Amino acid sequence: MSVFNQSRSTIIRLIFISMFVVITLQLFNLQVLSGKYQQLARENALFPKRIYPSRGIIYDRKGKPILDNTVLYDLMVIPSEVRNLDTMGFCQMLEIDTAEFRQRLITAILKNTRVRPSIFEDLLPPVMHARLEENLWKYKGFYLQDRPVRTYPFNAAAHIMGYVGEVDSAILRRSNYYYQLGDYVGRSGLEQYYESVLMGRRGVQYMIRDNKNRLVGRYENGKFDTAAIAGRNLRTYIDIEVQQLAEKLMTNKVGAVVALDPKTGGIIAMCSGPNFNPNDLTGPEKQKNYQRMVLDVSGPLLNRAIKGLYPPGSAFKPLGALMALNDGIIDPSYGYPCTGRYYGCGHGKPACTHNNPGHAANLRLSIANSCNSYYTHLFRMTIDNPQFRGVKKGYQHWRDYANNFGLGNRLGVDLPSEDKGNIPDTAVYNRVYRGAWNSCTNLTLGIGQDMMLATPMQLANAMCIVANKGYFYTPHFVQKIDAETKDDTVMNKFRIKHEVLTRISDEAYESVIGGMQDVVDRGTAMAARIPGIEICAKTGTAENFRILDGRRVQLKDNSVFVCFAPRENPRIAIAVVVENAGFGSTWAAPIASLMMEKYLNDTLRAERKKEVDRIAAANLMPSWLEREQYKADSTRAAYWAKLTKDSTNYKKYLRKGSAPKKDSVPPKPDTRSTHTREAILEKKISTKPVTA
Amino acid sequence: MNSRNPAISKGIDWSLVWMYIILCLVGIMSIFGATYQETEGVSGFQNVVQGFLSLKTDYSRQSLYFLIGAMLGTFILLTDSKFFTATANLWYVFGLLLLLLVFPFHTEIKGTKSIIRFGSFQLQPAELCKVFVNLALAKYLSRVDTDFTKSRSHMIAMGIALLPALITLQQDETGLALVYFSFFIVMFREGLPAIYLILGFSLAVLVVATLLVDPNTLAIILTLIAAVTIYFMRRQIRRRRSVLFTIVGLWVVCVGIQRFAVPYVFDNLFEPYQVKRIYAAIGKDYVPKNEAALLESERKVSTAKKDDGDYNVKQSKIAIGSGGFIGKGLLKGTQTRYDFVPEQRTDFIFCTIGEGFGFLGSIIFLGVYLVLLLRIVSIAERQRSVFSRSYAYGVASVFFFHIAINICMTIGLAPVIGIPLPFISYGGTSLITFTILLFILIRLDADRQMVLR
Repeated sequence: MSVFNQSRSTIIRLIFISMFVVITLQLFNLQVLSGKYQQLARENALFPKRIYPSRGIIYDRKGKPILDNTVLYDLMVIPSEVRNLDTMGFCQMLEIDTAEFRQRLITAILKNTRVRPSIFEDLLPPVMHARLEENLWKYKGFYLQDRPVRTYPFNAAAHIMGYVGEVDSAILRRSNYYYQLGDYVGRSGLEQYYESVLMGRRGVQYMIRDNKNRLVGRYENGKFDTAAIAGRNLRTYIDIEVQQLAEKLMTNKVGAVVALDPKTGGIIAMCSGPNFNPNDLTGPEKQKNYQRMVLDVSGPLLNRAIKGLYPPGSAFKPLGALMALNDGIIDPSYGYPCTGRYYGCGHGKPACTHNNPGHAANLRLSIANSCNSYYTHLFRMTIDNPQFRGVKKGYQHWRDYANNFGLGNRLGVDLPSEDKGNIPDTAVYNRVYRGAWNSCTNLTLGIGQDMMLATPMQLANAMCIVANKGYFYTPHFVQKIDAETKDDTVMNKFRIKHEVLTRISDEAYESVIGGMQDVVDRGTAMAARIPGIEICAKTGTAENFRILDGRRVQLKDNSVFVCFAPRENPRIAIAVVVENAGFGSTWAAPIASLMMEKYLNDTLRAERKKEVDRIAAANLMPSWLEREQYKADSTRAAYWAKLTKDSTNYKKYLRKGSAPKKDSVPPKPDTRSTHTREAILEKKISTKPVTA
Repeated sequence: MNSRNPAISKGIDWSLVWMYIILCLVGIMSIFGATYQETEGVSGFQNVVQGFLSLKTDYSRQSLYFLIGAMLGTFILLTDSKFFTATANLWYVFGLLLLLLVFPFHTEIKGTKSIIRFGSFQLQPAELCKVFVNLALAKYLSRVDTDFTKSRSHMIAMGIALLPALITLQQDETGLALVYFSFFIVMFREGLPAIYLILGFSLAVLVVATLLVDPNTLAIILTLIAAVTIYFMRRQIRRRRSVLFTIVGLWVVCVGIQRFAVPYVFDNLFEPYQVKRIYAAIGKDYVPKNEAALLESERKVSTAKKDDGDYNVKQSKIAIGSGGFIGKGLLKGTQTRYDFVPEQRTDFIFCTIGEGFGFLGSIIFLGVYLVLLLRIVSIAERQRSVFSRSYAYGVASVFFFHIAINICMTIGLAPVIGIPLPFISYGGTSLITFTILLFILIRLDADRQMVLR
């Protein structure tokens, strides 16, 4: 037969072979050269399921858990499995209407498709959970999923503990993407500061998922999985009962309380008013509560103990004395002839609450009588010390002291976002007074005023220095971390002793401390007395201004009280600030006193319990808050109405007379003269000789 | 297949039979790998046995088709080879009838209109018809009075091959219709002038170039080519004017195709999804020209996202690529086991092999195919009768076309046109069709000493 086309058979064979060569090359490219397909396949089919360990628990000094873990439940739904549903019954159980039910189902489908589980309702309240638990078998496609949440068994210490929340992009970046979207981390308080300790280590379980993103099983029987390691517990110095008492006392007051253990720097209690229940930010209502608090002008979320800035006023005086003593400018017998005013700078300012001669005849009397002239003069002597040749160097020296005491810089408390207060730099004065200033310019720094601002935490810490006779430990909550290792460097800085005063004799300390004890025994802080306990204290009253409706208004003075007890071997140091509460002795002193009694005696006497209720019932919220709140709310409503063209919410602010009245007369501060007390004089205290 | 019966086994090429059995078993295994489901509480072995016996699983049904195919093959081997030459034209007519019967009696399944159903049994005539066309073409080419040097015979041969293709095209089975073009290889072997193939190839290059290159740039390139050709052929042109006209005429046709014909065909004759798949194969995004086409394509995308050729190819490449050099092992492939690749038991069955057995397994598998093809070609060449040789080339061509297009489609070298992988893909009609094709060849080869007409 015809063989003339024989060569074509070779061509056909070549075509076949070349095609297979091309296929082989492409296969080689896909399977051997290009590594990306393995990665893509993993991304397709492997789901690294993160296993979260339980977070560490925080205990108080007596071993009671004050921040614990509990389980709440989310109601989950897989829309494709919902069948023959008794919608009415179901909605009744969840207390929603059928339209809402439909809407949620649609949202679930849009978010996670029909075949994947979505949250139908998160964080079920216990009652609803119980109801669902019993009846859920009737409803196909719905199931309950547990979710660990934080709980605060004592409903206390909100500002200290902080809360956990979802990570945001900034945290993701800072963590170098160790965290992933949807992770919960500590967002404030100890939860944030000790995040690395509390969080433990995450585990990973590799799951296989199918083309509809459903998890269908473990990958390689868990060969590549890593186990989760539970977070470690924290043991703190907090005495939860004292903490609860402090929070009760601060009800309806703006201000802060800090109680420290002077020997260790451990924080026994810390409370900021207005306060809130930490459990409000964990449960089903957390979003609502958070919004309410964020919009509250009184700032319940603000931790005033470390962020509130107050002029310390007379509470600063013992520190001024210690500075002068350490420099050797004075000795305990130094007196100043005050006659009611300080004439050292010619203008007779500041005035003093006492004018009888001899009320500042020595150091102890000057503290007991809180003589303004005495401490103004001490300040001037300190910064005009001839050894520094010039006021600016002298002032710098004084400022160094203050900084060493923890004023004007961050103490380094184990909470995030502490404020540093204010002890102005020479540069500030140079700017304000164009370089022309001297010790007369800022003389009121000596009595804790001028530009001086301190947080309650700093004031309490300053008390520790007095109580400890010259040293302090950085205030902190955490005593130890469970199973602490060498790698836990976080605790190291709290174990360094800061010796800030070294050249003061015990005798000199005794006259300062004795003066402070006189303040309680016979002076302005008699309200703080506790039988059987020698308390040393100092009251302070600081003037206080605020811009309200465009005017600078002087408000009622802030009530400041600092103290420590007992005098020998002190175990607690407290600073209390109550805003716009008047003299230090009226509100701040009793609060500190009650806390000391509770802490030192472990209980309160019956009549003192009444005192607790009296103080707790007192509403000292500043009157201007209402109007400020109205202004903030109505401004926001107006802005919202403008944005959305929906004025339903705004209308109520437009009604006549809806706005709270402006205070026609600004709140008049109590004048000092009306509160002048009889001075403590030498002869009275001579019965108690100053000894070591 | 009974080797003790010399009457049947005499002259049978056992290598083809063994390759057939190997490929069918590989196919069943691949379908098993792609569709096997563990059942809770049942041990793996028990489950597999149950699966094979139940006839409910795909792999058990494929096994059944394999047995039916083997029986049919035995019958064919028992048949006298003259039967095929004698009835070739009858079969062709029967095939055309079946194809036409589809129009009134088809059941629409997965967008194709090419399937006739009798109860639970499905038949796809477009698939089966390949056998008949092959027989009829061989018959025509082997006729004594066929002079295959004349273009009239070329036309008739092409007509025989492409008539079923035209009908199949009407059933929305582009892939199966294209298969009939593989018979050009048979005609080429029997003396079809190379100019047909060259023209066809040039046309293909031109179409792809049209899609890839900007229209104006391509027109300039074509003009430049024409100008250069005229310049080099100026001597011949001076001698014979007609050369110039031929060149200019070719240039006009080329530019015409590029400027008007291709856009017209793509915008008006093809469905948007087809255009999309073609574009996907050459690595371009398809943007329909007119708004209607745009809307249409968007509707298609939103309603049937998983049918999108682009998605299939991407997933299939991931599956095959993730197999690596030695593969993940049977049932260990995450991509094929969890349905990431659509149609993976039928058109994309090669993914299971690629993912499970890697580059090594794929090469061995392809090697079997290549050996099969080359064996068929060499068998063809040893035939005495033109009928047997043409038939053998037809078998090789059809197999080659199926294998090349199917595998190229899974690895992203060809557009997604749904045609099965011979002996491997799930599907009774295709397995039985390929079996018949092959066993008729074996039967004819056994009688290679005879001259069949």
